[in-house]
Amino acid sequence: MKVLTVTVCSRDRWPPTCFSFVVFCESCLLKPLTVFVFVLQQQKNLEGYVGFANLPNQVYRKSVKRGFEFTLMVVGESGLGKSTLINSLFLTDLYSPEYPGPSHRIKKTVQVEQSKVLIKEGGVQLLLTIVDTPGFGDAVDNSNCWQPVIDHIDSKFEDYLNAESRVNRRQMPDSRVHCCLYFIAPSGHGLKPLDIEFMKRLHEKVNIIPLIAKADTLTPEECQQFKKQIMREIQEHKIKIYEFPETDDEEESKLVKKIKDRLPLAVVGSNTIIEVNGKRVRGRQYPWGVAEVENGEHCDFTILRNMLIRTHMQDLKDVTNNVHYENYRSRKLAAVTYNGVDNNKNKGQLTKSPLAQMEEERREHVTKMKKMEMEMEQVFEMKVKEKIQKLKDSEAELQRRHEQMRKNLEAQHKELEEKRRQLEEEKVSWEAQQRMLEQQKLDASRYTHVNKDTPEVC
Amino acid sequence: MSEIVPPEVRPKPVVPAKPSHVAPHSSGPFVPSPQGTGGEGRGSALLGYIGIDTIIEQMRKKTMKTGFDFNIMVVGQSGLGKSTLVNTLFKSQVSRRTTSWSRDEKIPKTVEIKSVSHVIEEGGVKMKLTVIDTPGFGDQINNENCWEPISKYINEQYEKFLKEEVNIARKKRIPDTRVHCCLYFISPTGHSLRQLDIEFMKHLSRVVNIIPVIAKSDTLTLDEKTEFKQRVRKELEACGIECYPQKEFDEDMEDKSDNDKIREAMPFAVVGSDKEYQVNGKRVLGRKTAWGVVEVENPNHCEFSLLRDFMIRSHLQDLKEVTHNIHYETYRAKRLNDNGGLSFQTGATV
Repeated sequence: MKVLTVTVCSRDRWPPTCFSFVVFCESCLLKPLTVFVFVLQQQKNLEGYVGFANLPNQVYRKSVKRGFEFTLMVVGESGLGKSTLINSLFLTDLYSPEYPGPSHRIKKTVQVEQSKVLIKEGGVQLLLTIVDTPGFGDAVDNSNCWQPVIDHIDSKFEDYLNAESRVNRRQMPDSRVHCCLYFIAPSGHGLKPLDIEFMKRLHEKVNIIPLIAKADTLTPEECQQFKKQIMREIQEHKIKIYEFPETDDEEESKLVKKIKDRLPLAVVGSNTIIEVNGKRVRGRQYPWGVAEVENGEHCDFTILRNMLIRTHMQDLKDVTNNVHYENYRSRKLAAVTYNGVDNNKNKGQLTKSPLAQMEEERREHVTKMKKMEMEMEQVFEMKVKEKIQKLKDSEAELQRRHEQMRKNLEAQHKELEEKRRQLEEEKVSWEAQQRMLEQQKLDASRYTHVNKDTPEVC
Repeated sequence: MSEIVPPEVRPKPVVPAKPSHVAPHSSGPFVPSPQGTGGEGRGSALLGYIGIDTIIEQMRKKTMKTGFDFNIMVVGQSGLGKSTLVNTLFKSQVSRRTTSWSRDEKIPKTVEIKSVSHVIEEGGVKMKLTVIDTPGFGDQINNENCWEPISKYINEQYEKFLKEEVNIARKKRIPDTRVHCCLYFISPTGHSLRQLDIEFMKHLSRVVNIIPVIAKSDTLTLDEKTEFKQRVRKELEACGIECYPQKEFDEDMEDKSDNDKIREAMPFAVVGSDKEYQVNGKRVLGRKTAWGVVEVENPNHCEFSLLRDFMIRSHLQDLKEVTHNIHYETYRAKRLNDNGGLSFQTGATV
């Protein structure tokens, strides 16, 4: 059998190491045989130890040093056990018992609240952000109660987009919402119109993982039916919930299949520890038994925890980054370039090249400096004025004092004058008196003299 | 179920507490228990036995012949187990259960009123039971005024009765379609009443007897249950909502103490089921979960038996009376005042 023609067609699906040859046999021209040949890739065997097998360790060490971030959003009506579930998942009291429960929080509109907690385990740090939406679905009229949630997610995307577009982007905190746990009330019937509306609006923005809350309400049969019903409705409304990625690894794909079969996960949350048959387990104590949280037959809590934290956390972040964020970004940039540059002033910088951006930054910097200069000048002037004022004041003060002293002096002068006058007067009067006296004396002496002279008549 | 429950009609005769010598009737081993309540005025000492106390027996015979009507309305969001509970209460399939939601049975866009009537018989007593269901209540995104169709329906029934009553040629027995009791299902969030619950009860507690129940109460542990109940009671008080049994209609001390006990236990935390399971050799109604069987009639597990005894075994007649004497009269007075006269022949619509 001679090989006449060989057509090589490599199928993309197969690992690239597999090619198929169509062999035409000489003797049987009518029957081409397709022979599958597996060709191993050219692997070079190393002689000696180079050491790049250590690469994963380096990456690992770097990321451990950096720490991880994860943002989880919980959405659902109040009273569905969201806070309890978060506490159970992360084994911390993020929502302590003193945290005001929904009965104390009277919310007229849906709020979006963030709480951050830094958890450490085995040397690895996780900055966990929980975004809560109290008031969702609680009012009588719940139209547009999803709007605050959408706004929040979009604003986080925007922040990241701006941070990414900056020239200096050493620090890029990732606060985008990586995963949204949506709590479905265990009615046993199906999704409510509110659930459908919410998921339809958010499945393109965030990874939605639907959960059946308070699953200890349902018996196993009811639970199965309910899950089927929900999945049917989700498919009917074409809602894209988070899809688990396909893996080549056999074990992992088995795990993934197991998770997929049990979607949406029926969870029970609790942090109270109860003794059951000598074992201490977390669960809820009823008069008819104990519903264990970590028992796979009672609820799907362990599956959720493993999936969310132990196996798929990185994948959730990747999907958020590669799919949802890119969707947002392309939509945003397309909108801006379509509508012209002046669509939004602060978005304008996205369309400029880095040089232009640098120019602008420089300009910004210059204006800032100018402003600062002006301010400083102003301050300086003000200070100068103040000083002048002060000097003037002290001058006036001195002047006044000078005046006063002068007046004093004059007064004293006058007084002295007065006294002198008086003295003069006195002197004059005294002199006058003296003269008079003298005169009198003279007169007296003359009189006696006269008397002596005229010894006559007496 | 051939257990005969002596009808606890509340008679007002001035009957001295004297054992009766009434011979047992053919209808069964019934011994009228001397009901010496309500001694109004001075009971003059009788010199011999007259036989006034046989009135109870006579009333009983009449009731058995004519039967009586009872209309119960169930209100609550879908999926709270309303139909299951009604079935459990009356131990028969009186309400079509909507467990299998086919695509045609979508959540209706507006609140609909569906009423189904059955005649059930027990111990020779016939009861025409009407269950009025309200699918679509509280299920929309925007639930403003979802109580209006219900309010309208209740008033329509009063109107019908009024029209019949005002007729010149009245029927001997006016068919009574008025709603005697409204079971309002509270969702077991464990926190407090929802805004919708408060609004509904505010609007309707003056028009019909409302009995709030906590649905699917196997969600709550015992502590959570007591806390939740307390909070609900406080909220109802704070909003001024009077549920049945209303405090203002307690007639005497005995009533008051009975009703106080009931009011302390309200709202009843119930679980409904119509499936039976084996527990300790007995067959009980319950729900089987992976960690145990919730027995519906076990008072430690849930308060279904309390609710049933209260509603059916002790206060059934009272519910009807309060509806007739108080709610209906209020409606009637308002109607006649508004019209300034009787102009029903022209078919005035409310």
